[in-house]
Amino acid sequence: MDADRIALRLAGAAGPRTVPIDRRDFLRLTALAGGGLVIAWHAPFAAAAEGAAPGKPLPDPNPFVRINADNTVDILVNRLDFGQGALTALPMLLAEELDVDWSQVRAGLAPAADVYKDPFFGIQMTGGSNAINHSWLQYRQIGAVARAMLVAAAAEQWKVPVSSCTTGAGMVHSGARKASYAALAEAAARQPVPEKVALKSRAQFKIIGKGKGRLDAAAGATGGKKYGIDTRLPGMTVALLQRAPTFGGQVASFDATRALAIKGVRDIFQVPTDRGGTGVAIVAEGYWPAKQAREALQVTWKAGVGGTVSTDSLLASYREAARSPAVIARDHDMSAAAGAVRHVGGEYSFPYLAHAPMEPLNATFELKSGAATVMAGSQFQTIDQAAVAQTLGLKPEQVRLITLPAGGGFGRRAVPTSDYLREGAGIAKAWYERQGDKAGPVKVMWSREDDIRGGYYRPAHLHTVDAALDEKGKVLAWDHVIVGQSLVKGTPFEGFLVKDGVDGTMTEGVAENIYGLPMRLRITHPDVPVPVLWWRSVGNTHTAFVMETMADEVARAAGADPVAWRLDRYAAGKHERHSAALNLAVKKSGYGRPLPKGHAWGVAVHESFGSVVAYVVDVSVEDGRPRVHQATAGVHANLVVNPLAAEAQVQGAAIFGFAMTQPGFEITLKDGVVQQSQFTDFTPPRMTESFPVAVHFVPSEDPPTGLGEPGVPAIAPAVANALAVLTGKRLRKLPLELTA
Amino acid sequence: MTTLNINGELVRVDAEPSTPVLWALRDVLGMTGTKFGCGVAACGACTVHVNGQPTRSCVTPISAVVGQKITTIEGVGNGRVGKAVQAAWIAHDVAQCGYCQSGQIMSATGLLESNRKPTDADIDAAMAGNLCRCGTYQRIRAAIHDAAKSLA
Repeated sequence: MDADRIALRLAGAAGPRTVPIDRRDFLRLTALAGGGLVIAWHAPFAAAAEGAAPGKPLPDPNPFVRINADNTVDILVNRLDFGQGALTALPMLLAEELDVDWSQVRAGLAPAADVYKDPFFGIQMTGGSNAINHSWLQYRQIGAVARAMLVAAAAEQWKVPVSSCTTGAGMVHSGARKASYAALAEAAARQPVPEKVALKSRAQFKIIGKGKGRLDAAAGATGGKKYGIDTRLPGMTVALLQRAPTFGGQVASFDATRALAIKGVRDIFQVPTDRGGTGVAIVAEGYWPAKQAREALQVTWKAGVGGTVSTDSLLASYREAARSPAVIARDHDMSAAAGAVRHVGGEYSFPYLAHAPMEPLNATFELKSGAATVMAGSQFQTIDQAAVAQTLGLKPEQVRLITLPAGGGFGRRAVPTSDYLREGAGIAKAWYERQGDKAGPVKVMWSREDDIRGGYYRPAHLHTVDAALDEKGKVLAWDHVIVGQSLVKGTPFEGFLVKDGVDGTMTEGVAENIYGLPMRLRITHPDVPVPVLWWRSVGNTHTAFVMETMADEVARAAGADPVAWRLDRYAAGKHERHSAALNLAVKKSGYGRPLPKGHAWGVAVHESFGSVVAYVVDVSVEDGRPRVHQATAGVHANLVVNPLAAEAQVQGAAIFGFAMTQPGFEITLKDGVVQQSQFTDFTPPRMTESFPVAVHFVPSEDPPTGLGEPGVPAIAPAVANALAVLTGKRLRKLPLELTA
Repeated sequence: MTTLNINGELVRVDAEPSTPVLWALRDVLGMTGTKFGCGVAACGACTVHVNGQPTRSCVTPISAVVGQKITTIEGVGNGRVGKAVQAAWIAHDVAQCGYCQSGQIMSATGLLESNRKPTDADIDAAMAGNLCRCGTYQRIRAAIHDAAKSLA
């Protein structure tokens, strides 16, 4: 078995089952040997990828759905699943319109191919909490088209009008006649793709809106779920890369004598690394010998572009830059500030943060003459495929990219530069060149230390806010400055996301000015040689903290209840979804009722990626840390496709965002060297710091908005607002420094 | 060559005696259910049982467990408690990315093997060594309480 035959595990139905997904099977339009394949996976029509665009032909169901001889249904998901639940939610959409029973459904992740591109983004990717939003119409249409073709086949066979046919649980009925989808599928595949299909009304939904467990839950609970890191191929080796201690650093010289003597070590050689650096790759028969060899390796380094960065002095330089910001992102006349009787606000600072997904980065490469296969938990298939191709001197279509489930990502697998895949491909290329016929597939792995030190951090940012208030606490002028690295400057995304020198991903959450403030927003994007990247909820991780703690401060300065203050502003701005979410959280939490001594309520609300999340929290201080006793979330995400998974996303996002407040949750650099390296010194919350989150959704029938990220931004400011009540002090530096 | 007792079977492992159990399982034996998260016993993803005790396999050399009973996520469901924990995990839809959950299930099973009515404080103590970046702690706690009930 080689990589061409690597299996995709489809989860669900009669338990996990392995089905080959050789992409050439799709392209050949063949039934699988042994029969049963009826609507085959095959090459799509070019236009089919435009499924959700109005006025375009309907999507061909073939690359997405397959009906098996046992009447189970395999559905391919055009996204990465790294915990957010697309593997289950998108099949729910398709199965609803196909009109099969949920127990018939299995699902798998699609490989890189044009047909699986996001209908709106035009590349195959997962991000911006858009999987359901962007495929809401697409996956339902695919199901409806497949159903229509099955019904047409039945009507033709039975010589009855299509209108006499009904469907349910994977069967077509007409009068006394009935046939399974499996029996009809071969004939259905010969039917023309209809030009129009009707979709179900909300009242007709049997699957959408009902809580469904993850289709891979059983495999996951028994150790059977295969992630990228679990890839094993005959003759496969494992590679580790020794990178320079500073970003872009280069090898001056290395001595591999001791390392090569370790049993199981196959080869050691110099390779290019990210940001113009070089490093030393170790290829061995397993991770353990590779790791030992890496420790035995003697390397001397030349400092790279990042050799001078220290976060302490960086903060000082940001503070300086905040006094003369470069670009006006949003303008307003500040002269009314002259009439202020008081000012609130100050300087906010945010550290670099690592994503630290539980599954360390990895990718497996198998090279052949003029072709390559890469297996990875890729979040940007189109970009990663092209990057690997470029590194290997191939065309993108010569690289098969197989998407494997990932153990978390939080942004780290969505890299515009494809850093880890380019490095990995470079190692694979050198390995095959050096070893010729003796080379074989190579799995390039990262250790946890590589991950924490490896850059691509949530950028450190500094905000300053000066809110000038009149005697009643009304805001006369809001002067807001942001200093921090752009996420997308110098990447292929720059053209889309940077407008007039402003990186919109860094102003999102402020620039919308949801409270209708007299706001001036200025921004500077310094160039700092530390690689940065979006971190679950992107710019909102900074901006929500600033805006929502400031909102609280301004409300209190006006002598108003922070909930009432917000609701007034939402009403004035007609932000009905904000009001609904906050009202729901307030009502369900019992906000305002007396709490035990030493506890306080905190509230924050934030919209991101089209969804509004309001948190009400009950907080005390324990051992110098905030302790959340209960969080209540009011969420407006329109129609919720899978309430069970949606609840989990908000619960998990609350813990993820809470991490920002915790001592030890920051990345610092000294003379270009990252000071943290492990879960011992970069410390995400554990069970002991976790808290219950009661999640309530505002009922809605509008098309769903995202939920992978929107639960993150508002939790930290909600906690900080409670702490301000408890301590009488406003903490504006993250992580929070409380003294017990 | 080292002989280990894994999930009730004696298996021969061709690896240096200092090789951690984690890498013997994953790279030598192809048992990939046990996960690599940190390599320094700081995250719990690699948790297995050694004679019923939750143990971080990433820092346990194979030479240290010769003649002892090793249970992994692939075998823990053969026991009544492990099976109940796995069932509770599925019923509560605990996993998000799921990568840490093998270790979580092994730690939870270890807890319930020795304490059939764990309090929240007991759960905190037993599970604090297992990180989850998706933040599934609330459902983990609920699933452990539920598994305890089903075993009563």
